[in-house]
Amino acid sequence: MSVAITADKVVKRYGDLTIIPQLTQNIKNGEFFTLLGPSGCGKTTLLRMIAGFNSIEGGQIRFNDQVINDIPAHKRNIGMVFQSYAIFPHLTVRENVEYGLKLRNMPKDEMKTKVDKILDVVQITEYQDRLPERLSGGQQQRVALARAIVIHPSVLLMDEPLSNLDAKLRVEMRSAIREVQKQVGITTVYVTHDQEEALAISDRIAVMKKGVIQQTGRPHTIYTRPYNVFVATFIGHSNLFKGRIEEADGGKAVVFADGFVLPMSTLGEEGKIGDDVTIAIRPEEFSICGEGQGIKCKIKTKVFLGKYITYGLDFPDDMLVPDQPAIEYSQDLGHAEKVLEIGDTVYLKPNAAKINVFRADGSKSLMEGVVENE
Amino acid sequence: MNKKFQWDFWAWITLLSIVIFGLFLIYPLFSLFLSAFQDATTGEFTMENFTHFFERKYYYQSMINSFSVTACVTILAVIIGTALAYFMTLFKVRGKNIVEICIIISLLSPPFIGAYSWILIGGRSGILTQWMAGMGIDFPSIYGFAGILLVLTLKLYPFIYLYVAGAMKNIDSALIEAAESLGCSGIKKVVTIMLPLITPTILAGALMVFMNAMADFGTPMLIGEGFNVMPVMIYSEFINEVGDQANFAAAMAAIMVLITSTIFMLQKYVVNKKSFTMSSLRPLPVGEMKGIKNVVMHLCIYLLVALSMIPQLVVIYTSFLKTNGAIFVDGYSLDSYRTIFGSLGTAISNTYIFSTAAMAVIVFLGMTVAYLTTRKKSWLTDIIDTLTMFPYIIPGSVLGITLLLAFNDDPMLLSGTAIIIIISLVIRRLPYTLRSSSAILYQLSPSLEEASISLGASPLKTFFKVTAVMMLPGVMSGAIISWITAINELSSSVILFTGATKTMSVAIYTEVIRASYGTAAALSTILTITTITAMVIFFKVSGRRDVTL
Repeated sequence: MSVAITADKVVKRYGDLTIIPQLTQNIKNGEFFTLLGPSGCGKTTLLRMIAGFNSIEGGQIRFNDQVINDIPAHKRNIGMVFQSYAIFPHLTVRENVEYGLKLRNMPKDEMKTKVDKILDVVQITEYQDRLPERLSGGQQQRVALARAIVIHPSVLLMDEPLSNLDAKLRVEMRSAIREVQKQVGITTVYVTHDQEEALAISDRIAVMKKGVIQQTGRPHTIYTRPYNVFVATFIGHSNLFKGRIEEADGGKAVVFADGFVLPMSTLGEEGKIGDDVTIAIRPEEFSICGEGQGIKCKIKTKVFLGKYITYGLDFPDDMLVPDQPAIEYSQDLGHAEKVLEIGDTVYLKPNAAKINVFRADGSKSLMEGVVENE
Repeated sequence: MNKKFQWDFWAWITLLSIVIFGLFLIYPLFSLFLSAFQDATTGEFTMENFTHFFERKYYYQSMINSFSVTACVTILAVIIGTALAYFMTLFKVRGKNIVEICIIISLLSPPFIGAYSWILIGGRSGILTQWMAGMGIDFPSIYGFAGILLVLTLKLYPFIYLYVAGAMKNIDSALIEAAESLGCSGIKKVVTIMLPLITPTILAGALMVFMNAMADFGTPMLIGEGFNVMPVMIYSEFINEVGDQANFAAAMAAIMVLITSTIFMLQKYVVNKKSFTMSSLRPLPVGEMKGIKNVVMHLCIYLLVALSMIPQLVVIYTSFLKTNGAIFVDGYSLDSYRTIFGSLGTAISNTYIFSTAAMAVIVFLGMTVAYLTTRKKSWLTDIIDTLTMFPYIIPGSVLGITLLLAFNDDPMLLSGTAIIIIISLVIRRLPYTLRSSSAILYQLSPSLEEASISLGASPLKTFFKVTAVMMLPGVMSGAIISWITAINELSSSVILFTGATKTMSVAIYTEVIRASYGTAAALSTILTITTITAMVIFFKVSGRRDVTL
């Protein structure tokens, strides 16, 4: 039986070093839940705490209502898929898949039915009698998946399972994983540092940084309405501008440092008139406009990417939040009226319905209805 | 889990290994040091034993002798071993595989067989001596310093060869090409690039040679005659039945352990400062020597290998000679074999029983202790890790004496039993298996074990079902080396044996002392053939062409 997982004020410490300070998160039954973050953010640590390979220094982790803190890993009934696959090299594919069932003393014929079925689901029936060293990376990963799922675990834990595969196989395998997970309907916790993978595969994503969950939400929400500037810049690219909230035509508007006023109907209660803010605009949320109707900039670089052209933009320093790698505008060639050249001066109008406005320190979104934990 | 201590399997193994090393290594060593400071008759605390040693030239000369002969052996072995490795790695040598196998055989063969067969060749009534005397030439004496130097150098240069050849295979050819592109060539290339790259390896090999030469008992005992070295001195003082010299022998043993551990620390310090890891994408290219140079190179290599193999061949040959008592007479026979299977049959069976029993213990301990020290690191397992290094610095004869002193009385009366010999074999030969087990464990990803645990196998079950199975090749190749060195063990057994627990090595030694060369040769032949057979199995198991000791 699949379970819901609750992490309640969970703490991880190594000696004096705190990796995870008081983390709280629920994961629903049957959900595909992804922990996403830069390396060293504590996502694998958290996964291994759920698995039982890392000790828990504070708080509780529960499977449904059962506290599992002191249950040893081998009694938690988890299925785990490792970055290195961890296929037993001395056993054949079939023996690998049977391993967990044998430990559960399953009758021979029942075991055969189950193994046959799962081999079929992950499409490795034809390799069942081979030794793993003669399989490709993608095939080995399918074996690992079958081995983890066949025991009907309470939760399926996956630690960067695709990072050792090449780009094309990664895309193929991630839909295979998603499909199998939907088929068996098992609560899955998936760890990755690849945002595209996370967006493509998950029901919900938790974005982590330094042991703290920055935002939990559906992929679409995380991308379109990030909870803070870290999420806005970690998931996709966001250009950050300095600005202020002012009143315009009876409503609210954001004013850029060069004086351009953009009326906004999507701001929430918290952003008050006169507040300094950070404005996050994605490269595709600009459009070219006439003089005075947008913010003025100069084209610095130009990269042709087929469907898009990405321009590097030059703004006066006082308009921008400092220390950004690049300010970009992505022009969709399908809708482009005119292609720009390096050195051109151009006016760009941000799409008021799509851009995001944050507190000046970037710690929280000021948009209406954005929550930290969806 | 980590918070609460549990009496699980690994806690028991930790306890077991601490008990074993504590009881059979630390406690005996401690009693040795204690008795070194005790007066033989009154038991009072005294420095008398040490002053006695340093006041009489007869005694302290043995220390000087040990040092001088060991230093010379080490230097010679380094030169020969490195040169051989250089030519064997970088140039095409005909019959390279056979040369390598011969080198390994001579390294693993019983240590004192060299001394004994060189006596057969160049001793007072040796084959060569008599032949040359017949032509009126006085053959220089093989006994003393020169003999020890010859035998030990031929016996120990393979250490250097194996170490250095291994390191040279790890030099990436791009390093040499980089040097060339910067304008460095010829001998300068060797001195500024190659030599520094292999220096840490040479030092490691030199340490092994030094320790082995220093601790060797059989060779100087047989061929040293008047040239006394410390292990021989310790042995004869300890065995001496006239006076009660055990305390004095203990003091000498203590001095020796002090010397070897100092050298060991020094070497570790130097190597740690200089060490780096190399891994080669593209090994150095193998060149071809041309003309007269090529002939000279081949001649030198073949001569060296011939010299190394002569002892084995001489022993096998003489074992089939007809004997009359101690004297060889014309004609061939199997009499020597008949004699040993009759009167020394137990020595043969003892050898196999003891070393196989020791190997069983070694395999179990090697696997579990290696697992403890690599996967369950704590201050306690660090201590165990350090303890397992001790056998490297304690000469066999010293270990023998410590065990005898410690277990000579109730309630732990073990002396004279087979158990004490097996214990000494385990302590002395465990490191080989331990090292190969740890090496393979470092290559096994911990996630394999985690995968098994996540599938519901308890950690202990996982160890036996997954980890142990995959460790097995590494463990077994180490265990074979442990076994080979165990059947050839002399220096500790010669102190611990009694009539009923005699082993082949000890029997060979006593037969040689009795000048019963025919039976000694037959025993040595059995030992040599066993060694070679075990090595063939080792090569099959490990799939390798080299050994690490």
